[in-house]
Amino acid sequence: MMSGNKNDIDRRHFLRNGLWGACLAGLGAAAGALSRKSSAENTVWQIDPEICVACGNCATYCVLEESAVKCVHAYAMCGYCRICFGFSGPEPYDINEAAENQLCPTGAIKRTFVEDPYYEYTIDESLCMGCGKCVKGCNTFGNGSLFLQVRHDRCLNCNECSIAAACPSGAFKRVPADEPYLLKRVDSVRNNTAGCKPLRSRRFSNGVDIA
Amino acid sequence: MIRLVYIIIGTAFLLLSSGTASGFERFPPPDFESGYQQPTPANPAPRRNIYEYVDTAVLLAGLSLSSYLVLRTRSRRAILALCVFSLFYFGFWRKGCVCPIGAIQNIALSIFDRDYAVPITVMLFFLLPLVFTLFFGRTFCAAVCPLGAIQDLVVLRPISVPEWLEGGLRMFAYVYLAAAVLFAATGSAFVICRYDPFISFFHLSGNFHLLILGACFLLVGVFVGRPYCRFVCPYGVILRQLSRISKWKVAITPEECIKCRLCEDSCPFGAIRAPTADWPAHDYNKSKKRLAFLIILLPVLVFSSGWIGYALRPVTSRVHATVRLADRVYLEETGQAEETTDASSAFRGTGKDIQELYAEALDIQAGFGLGGWLAGGFVGLVLAGKLIAVSLRRRRTDYQADRAGCLACGRCFEYCPQEHAKRKLAKDN
Repeated sequence: MMSGNKNDIDRRHFLRNGLWGACLAGLGAAAGALSRKSSAENTVWQIDPEICVACGNCATYCVLEESAVKCVHAYAMCGYCRICFGFSGPEPYDINEAAENQLCPTGAIKRTFVEDPYYEYTIDESLCMGCGKCVKGCNTFGNGSLFLQVRHDRCLNCNECSIAAACPSGAFKRVPADEPYLLKRVDSVRNNTAGCKPLRSRRFSNGVDIA
Repeated sequence: MIRLVYIIIGTAFLLLSSGTASGFERFPPPDFESGYQQPTPANPAPRRNIYEYVDTAVLLAGLSLSSYLVLRTRSRRAILALCVFSLFYFGFWRKGCVCPIGAIQNIALSIFDRDYAVPITVMLFFLLPLVFTLFFGRTFCAAVCPLGAIQDLVVLRPISVPEWLEGGLRMFAYVYLAAAVLFAATGSAFVICRYDPFISFFHLSGNFHLLILGACFLLVGVFVGRPYCRFVCPYGVILRQLSRISKWKVAITPEECIKCRLCEDSCPFGAIRAPTADWPAHDYNKSKKRLAFLIILLPVLVFSSGWIGYALRPVTSRVHATVRLADRVYLEETGQAEETTDASSAFRGTGKDIQELYAEALDIQAGFGLGGWLAGGFVGLVLAGKLIAVSLRRRRTDYQADRAGCLACGRCFEYCPQEHAKRKLAKDN
């Protein structure tokens, strides 16, 4: 009787130890298999400006009170237009910096005279809330030099970005942390044919003398 | 002057009516004569990678310390202190990301998505607590997990939950685990992160509904110890199983149990098991028959819940943005929906083929069919396993911490007179 019990315990221990070893080996194998497909680099969230439709969700869906997404200006692409549709929208009352003529709800775009007839547009990031109104205006009527980007001094890098979950165009991507921005550049735009119809752009730039 | 504006506006509307496109040169950048220099704005870099390794090191140190405190020092006060530290470090300082619970999804995604490589730190966050649990029991839950810590601090008036209810409610955690892996593997969503009830507290801002949900969990947590850990946490149920076979385990008493019953009500998580009486012969025979029936029932349960998972694919696949978009576009194309949504107009703006979108959505839905079989089958297996476990009877002669359910919080240590005797002895010496 006693020896039977003892054997029973031994068998149970044996099974338990076997299972334990199998689990440990399984975890080791999982670690090995995963590390073959893992990257040393962490990823961060970023908006692909070529896909972004400036819907305005960035302003409201971020877990931060003030969104981590801000408007960024690619100065090299900017036309320095006197009438900027990113700044004043399609139907300004007048062409000046008065509040009623500004598209930006927080007045985050600063318009300064450079030389006749060019004006510089700078973004005050502390005021920008990432609503993308100016981006839409600039993309629709202008060069598209204004675009939205996740600012990594603010972004918490949530495992699932709330804005990404709400993004209607799927513009949010995980990018490597050492290249955390997807900036618009002049060459990328000139060579970019996807989604852009050159004929239309030519017609527009021929039709209007901006100066 | 004003006429010029009108011309521009008119042309602009012409352009607008023919659709929008982003980024091409309508107005060539000017050649400045005044010597104007274009500003080059700086782009702030993200948190350096090295800090991710610091987090991993803190996790490793936390796990080691927690295991030491639970198994060696046996000091509730020290465990509580570590708990508070973890809450502030992983919770309020690191804002709760990345955590091992959420890392389940990154791992699942990296297994099924060819393009996604899981960062090493995330992998370590997933694996380290598992390894530690295999050795020392759930010491991660005890004092390292920030979600556990925030709940542990509000346990004030714990009531005991009947065992059947506890087991029943815990099924939710298994379903949640299966759903989280399904949605992550199909690249649809990270639901664990999306519905993390405490993340809003850690961020000190966030979605109002989640804030309410978190407040509810904390309020319930005053009376029912750690409700998220016990009934919801998908990582907790993995740790439960590993903790069953851990090398070392939490012992209520450092010496021999004298069955004084003092510790009986000390556990707010209902993880202390009383010694068992002998099994009455009549009951034994009945249980034997029931066990045989349940073992036959097992494949039936696995298959039927797998089928439910499969049949639910029209619902579950809608979590994926592409399927939702294809649904919407279909409604618009067939005239069942008048207005376009942001997503559908963004899709139309890209000029992609609608049939391609449909095909892609069907492909994803097929994936959800297979995933549904697996996820449902898993839930069925767990359910059957639970029913079988109920029909088994373990012989216990002492008051013991349930290996699976024990969160290693160390509350029961103080209740054991043997513990006090030992401490006094140590002090006297």
